[in-house]
Amino acid sequence: MMEAKSFQLFPEQASTIAAHVDGLYAFLVLVSAFFSLLIAFLVVWFAVKYRQRPDSPAVPAHADDHSAGAMVLEIVWTVIPLGLSMIMFAWGVSIYFTESRPPADSMEIYVTGKQWMWKIQHMEGAREINELHIPIDRDIKLTMTSEDVIHDFYVPAFRTKADVLPGRYTTEWFKPTKVGEYHIFCAEYCGTKHSGMIGTVYVMSQNDYNEWLAHGSGEGSMAEQGQALFNQLGCGNCHPSVINNQNGRCPNLVGLFGTRVELKDGTNVRADESYIRESVLYPESKIVAGYDNIMPTFKGLISEEGMLKLVEYIKSLRTKNGTMSTATPLPVQTGATPQTPTKAGAMKTAARPAGAVPAPAAPQGTR
Amino acid sequence: MIEAKYPVREKKNYLNAEHGLMSWLLTKDHKRIAILYLYAVTFFFVIGGLFAALIRLELATPAGDLLDSNTYNKVFTMHGVIMIFFFLIPSIPAILGNFLIPLMIGAKDLAFPRINLISWYIYMVGGLIGTFVVCTGGVDTGWTFYTPFSSSYSNGYVVLTALAAFINGFSSILTGLNFIVTVHRMRAPGLTWFRLPLFVWAHYATSAVMILGTPVIAVTLFLLMLERGLHIGFFDPAYGGDPVLFQHLFWFYSHPAVYIMILPSMGVISEVISTFSSKKPFGYTFIAFSSVAIAVFGFLVWGHHLFVSSQSAYAGMVFSVLSYIVAIPSAVKIFNWLATMYKGNIRLETPMLYAIGFMGLFTIGGLTGLFLAAMGMDVHLTDTYFVVAHFHYVMVGGAVTGYLAGLHFWWPKMTGRMYPQGWSKVSAIMVFTGFNLTFFPQFLLGYMGMPRRYHVYPPEFAVLNVLSSAGASLLGIGFLIPGIYFIWSLKYGKLAGANPWGATGLEWQTASPPPTENFAITPVVTHEAYDYSTVVHEEEVVHVG
Repeated sequence: MMEAKSFQLFPEQASTIAAHVDGLYAFLVLVSAFFSLLIAFLVVWFAVKYRQRPDSPAVPAHADDHSAGAMVLEIVWTVIPLGLSMIMFAWGVSIYFTESRPPADSMEIYVTGKQWMWKIQHMEGAREINELHIPIDRDIKLTMTSEDVIHDFYVPAFRTKADVLPGRYTTEWFKPTKVGEYHIFCAEYCGTKHSGMIGTVYVMSQNDYNEWLAHGSGEGSMAEQGQALFNQLGCGNCHPSVINNQNGRCPNLVGLFGTRVELKDGTNVRADESYIRESVLYPESKIVAGYDNIMPTFKGLISEEGMLKLVEYIKSLRTKNGTMSTATPLPVQTGATPQTPTKAGAMKTAARPAGAVPAPAAPQGTR
Repeated sequence: MIEAKYPVREKKNYLNAEHGLMSWLLTKDHKRIAILYLYAVTFFFVIGGLFAALIRLELATPAGDLLDSNTYNKVFTMHGVIMIFFFLIPSIPAILGNFLIPLMIGAKDLAFPRINLISWYIYMVGGLIGTFVVCTGGVDTGWTFYTPFSSSYSNGYVVLTALAAFINGFSSILTGLNFIVTVHRMRAPGLTWFRLPLFVWAHYATSAVMILGTPVIAVTLFLLMLERGLHIGFFDPAYGGDPVLFQHLFWFYSHPAVYIMILPSMGVISEVISTFSSKKPFGYTFIAFSSVAIAVFGFLVWGHHLFVSSQSAYAGMVFSVLSYIVAIPSAVKIFNWLATMYKGNIRLETPMLYAIGFMGLFTIGGLTGLFLAAMGMDVHLTDTYFVVAHFHYVMVGGAVTGYLAGLHFWWPKMTGRMYPQGWSKVSAIMVFTGFNLTFFPQFLLGYMGMPRRYHVYPPEFAVLNVLSSAGASLLGIGFLIPGIYFIWSLKYGKLAGANPWGATGLEWQTASPPPTENFAITPVVTHEAYDYSTVVHEEEVVHVG
């Protein structure tokens, strides 16, 4: 229990990555201790051995530093540190690439930072503040944003952190290996109560976690809440959310997530969380090829947490084995029958009308 | 070069050549301007030190019981702003560099004496604005001014503080410009580039960084002021800006600024170790060019501050590898200093004690930098006390220790007086011990995960924090003692001879304190640098004119 600790000298090791980080740390400490002691020993030894004595020559002989021996020395003490530091570099990079790439099937949790609290949303609908309940031995991916200034979600026991930025999404992942309670710290200075922006991660057995989830919010899953928001904001009036309906003024959202979207300016972009957020708040910044810039901004009309729910809803419009995964799309405005795409290729085309220009009479839309 | 014979100690020297306040405030003598800087920089060091004392007092207990959170945040911000912009950056260059560069190269003054005086006034304007901010309520952004907190959320005097640092930057630029032109144009006959003291090489490299880097922080702070004052969006996403852009611009200057602080210190250490070993520095050219290499590569590593800021992993790799490369020239210096001591005539006078302390502390500071340059390691360590410990080992263990070594080394030259040897050695040892006791525990705190800038912290961090605060009081006393005996020495110190340490540089060939014109006759250099066969001590005054 965290409260019981009064003194410690080493943090708990509670994630898969922590063992890797500690391994590199041991190497760095070893190399540093070796060189510090070597230098300290030589300084003291020289200071004693070569101290000026009454019989010392007034001017000690000094080695010619253009001699071959001196050059060898210079090369040796350049090349050895360089070699050692390249090992540190490569080792550090390899850990970093593991740390910065969440495994594909990670369990997703959404984090919103604000002065001075952490708001956390689980896909199943549970919400918590300054607490994060997670099951052991699962890859957990956090998608994070801030409502105000820059924060940083740091769990020392997992040896990982990432900045939580306003205006964009960042991610962080870990796989807890030990049941227990661990600190969450905000590690980026964020104002008056920065040191109060702390919380606790509860790593639980899968059973305990299921039980905890069962006492959820009762407000439905995040995707369901996102769908409600989608309706409330009238998004469906323009964006079809049924498969293969290309008659809307705006791009169809089914199967959009994760695909590459062709833009009007000829470039393309991956439809990830950040892209969806940007398209809702700054619709003019990326126009889908074949559509016009007619969407109004929803900036100021939707909170960051609401935005995350919308994102989760749009993600849920992915198709899995031909059926909608989480939420059921609304039959919106047109009578088109949902069809089942059979291949990934069909999903891709859903992101934009495949080559077809919308009917001339119909007003054209963004995205 | 004058051999075996020192100039007569004249009654007239730069200190008593003229009298009255205006003779100081309107002086164009580089030595007097150095003294003006000494007063001002010492003032800011004391203020910054008092803030440090408040921080350590507050952190002696886990609860926030001495200050409220707002005040605590202002205290660490003002500590950082004052120590970095008003103490560390000007300390060695503006005091010792200003005083010594003309003397070391056999010149009468810097190339632009009026610009030299103007740069002191610019520094004072910046400093007064900074002092005004301190007295009227302070600022709570941290010295790093990260947006959008600083531009849209902080309720302190952000614009004024940024303005103080902005104005102060021009002082740096002008000083750097002055040094570069002086070194190029005003060397004594026979003083070739490779006969220059390593102190001058270090300052030459530092000046280049000042001139190239400082305009970038000026622009960045200007954009910050525009965003905060006029809501023109550069950094705050609410105005369409990019918050991480600020960090790139800020560190593009502020990482090289670390080298503005440490390079002059390394120059001092090269002089001190050579003198107190009576030996030419081993690998003179390697030490000289390592300063240049640090200055060049120092500009290419700023992204290692952004490994957790959503920077691309591939950009991070480039910054990581370059950060390792910039560490190599520092390692080369340490090994060359060691080789200089090897078979020397080592005298453990006070400046040498500080130099030895520097080698130990800077080694630890440098090695822990390797931890932070390793990307996967930095993700855990960044923004924790590990970083705080690391940069204090470099900035205090390195830069301040080097400054104290230099001050003790050239004090007899600057004032014509010796300070008490016993007290100065005691305080050197206290500084070293107190420093380690203060900052070594912070490495452990950092690895355990204690974030920096925390006013209140969980109880398991308490023991190490108490240790750190105890060490800080020892360190504080270690800094206080020199303040007392330096002032004492001005009146009661033994009169110093022209060359009390048996050093080789041209500055030791003229009287202590030097006459206003530095040298009665322009010296002609016929020897390599650091030729100890030509040196004769003049510890105490032999000739009085």
